[in-house]
Amino acid sequence: MNPENLHYTQSHEWVRIDGDIGTIGITDHAQKELGEIVYLELPEAGHVFNADEEFGTVESVKAVSELFSPISGEVLEVNKSAVAEPGIVNDDPFGDGWLVRIKLSTDEEVGKLMNAEQYAEYVKSEEK
Amino acid sequence: MKFLPASDADRSAMLQAIGAARLEDLFASIPPEVLEEPKLPPPLSEIEIRRFLGGLSARAASARETAFFLGAGLYHHYVSAIADQMLYRSEWLTAYTPYQPEVSQGTLQSIFEFQTHICLLTGLDVANASLYEGASALVEALLMADRLARGRRRAVLSAGIHPEYRETVATYFANLDLEIVEVPVGSDGRTDAAALAAAADEETFAVALQSPNFHGLVEDWSAAARAASRCGAQSVAVIAEAASLGLLAPPGLAGIDIACGEAQSLGVPMHNGGPLLGFLACRTAHQRQIPGRLVGETRDAEGRRAFCLTLSTREQHIRREKATSNICTNQGLMALASNIHMSLLGRKGLREVATQSHAKAEYLKAAIARVPGYRLPYPGPSFNEFEVEAPVPAAPLLARLAGEGILAGVPLARYFPQWPNRFLVAATEMNTREEMDRLVGRLGAVS
Repeated sequence: MNPENLHYTQSHEWVRIDGDIGTIGITDHAQKELGEIVYLELPEAGHVFNADEEFGTVESVKAVSELFSPISGEVLEVNKSAVAEPGIVNDDPFGDGWLVRIKLSTDEEVGKLMNAEQYAEYVKSEEK
Repeated sequence: MKFLPASDADRSAMLQAIGAARLEDLFASIPPEVLEEPKLPPPLSEIEIRRFLGGLSARAASARETAFFLGAGLYHHYVSAIADQMLYRSEWLTAYTPYQPEVSQGTLQSIFEFQTHICLLTGLDVANASLYEGASALVEALLMADRLARGRRRAVLSAGIHPEYRETVATYFANLDLEIVEVPVGSDGRTDAAALAAAADEETFAVALQSPNFHGLVEDWSAAARAASRCGAQSVAVIAEAASLGLLAPPGLAGIDIACGEAQSLGVPMHNGGPLLGFLACRTAHQRQIPGRLVGETRDAEGRRAFCLTLSTREQHIRREKATSNICTNQGLMALASNIHMSLLGRKGLREVATQSHAKAEYLKAAIARVPGYRLPYPGPSFNEFEVEAPVPAAPLLARLAGEGILAGVPLARYFPQWPNRFLVAATEMNTREEMDRLVGRLGAVS
């Protein structure tokens, strides 16, 4: 269920690495827990942040949660279709529901993130 | 989520963190005599207690039994007996928005209608379910502007804003990393547009202006709107006498971003200074930063019109310390009173209230200006309140008139020690010609 080619955080974000570009989103587990997503507050292009830093919020009908960046970098692009229609994040969290694309400032941080199997274990342990 | 109160270990860790040895140390600044058991007289019978309280009450002057010209943020407008009678209905008797809100459709509908009145009067898109009173409404408007312009530190406030409102802002800002820049009023009693614009820069998150201002003068909303938009700040309109919106142009039309203030004039009796009725309205683009509760209109599963609390996800009970504001309730009963009153008045009625208040103040203004020795320091356009300079110190003069059943005005020395002879006079639809002539006659006689 969690794609193999992604890296995962304990705060339920994922990142896909293509060269020095990272695409960030929230996991399927996160969207299920949040419920119907109604609003996304995302940074503007050019914004620079560090790993674990808050870069936006996601608001559902029952909660507002912070988004934490899995890795450090500079925002290249924000998913405008998701901002316009946040339901996309519920429908396709690992695909069309991506949130921001960033230019990585280092390739050393990815190793600290979980792979799909580790993340699945982590979610299971969190549910106990 | 575990939901346990602090344990002894938590408490001692917290005390250690702030450097206090015992819980009692936190209360060391409270004088010990205050903490003593109050010394009360022995219990009284019902007859005795009624006699005692009746005696206390008789010592206070009542607006109903005096010629009443006090304003300065609290106004003596008429509230129909119908409004009072409806408030007695037990279904309404809570100051709170309900905790299981959607069950109480009637309460939500009333709040929604109150919000609609505020939107219509301010010319803005979204109003919240009310706030405590005007001063904290201004604070909330400024904090909202600060959230919208992250990282900026300065609020530019016209000194024409009610001094108590500015004092409240200063109290809040003292513990936040925020600063107030005050723009003094000019020799005409109004805020100079150029001075307002000059005070606002790229560190400014809000430019706030009150109209009618504390001296009673009508200000130009667009001066604040222009000063703010030039530097990317929010313009904040402050309204302490909401009845003025029955005559004056809504701030939203002049490009104002946030309007806030006191809606006591719209159906809430003066009580003894409170409870009052704060309001706050903004544009749709900024609705997610509006503090407090917000009632929205929707459709239920069967397609019928229904009401719901909306944007609660940003409130304290869900968002904890990251909430938009620490205001998590509203002035429910007062908002209801206002809704009933406004629905009874209607557009024509509100205009009539405003027109009469203005006309009576103009009559009084002209008559006082003709009393020898008296002067109007600011002859500019006013709504229903104006400043008077007496030939003698105002406080003893006003005290003397009070003894004759005329509450002639609010002495300004309380706020501005440099003007001991000045006082603020307000008129509303409640004042009769006879009362006004009596006031003018006595001013001439006692000075």
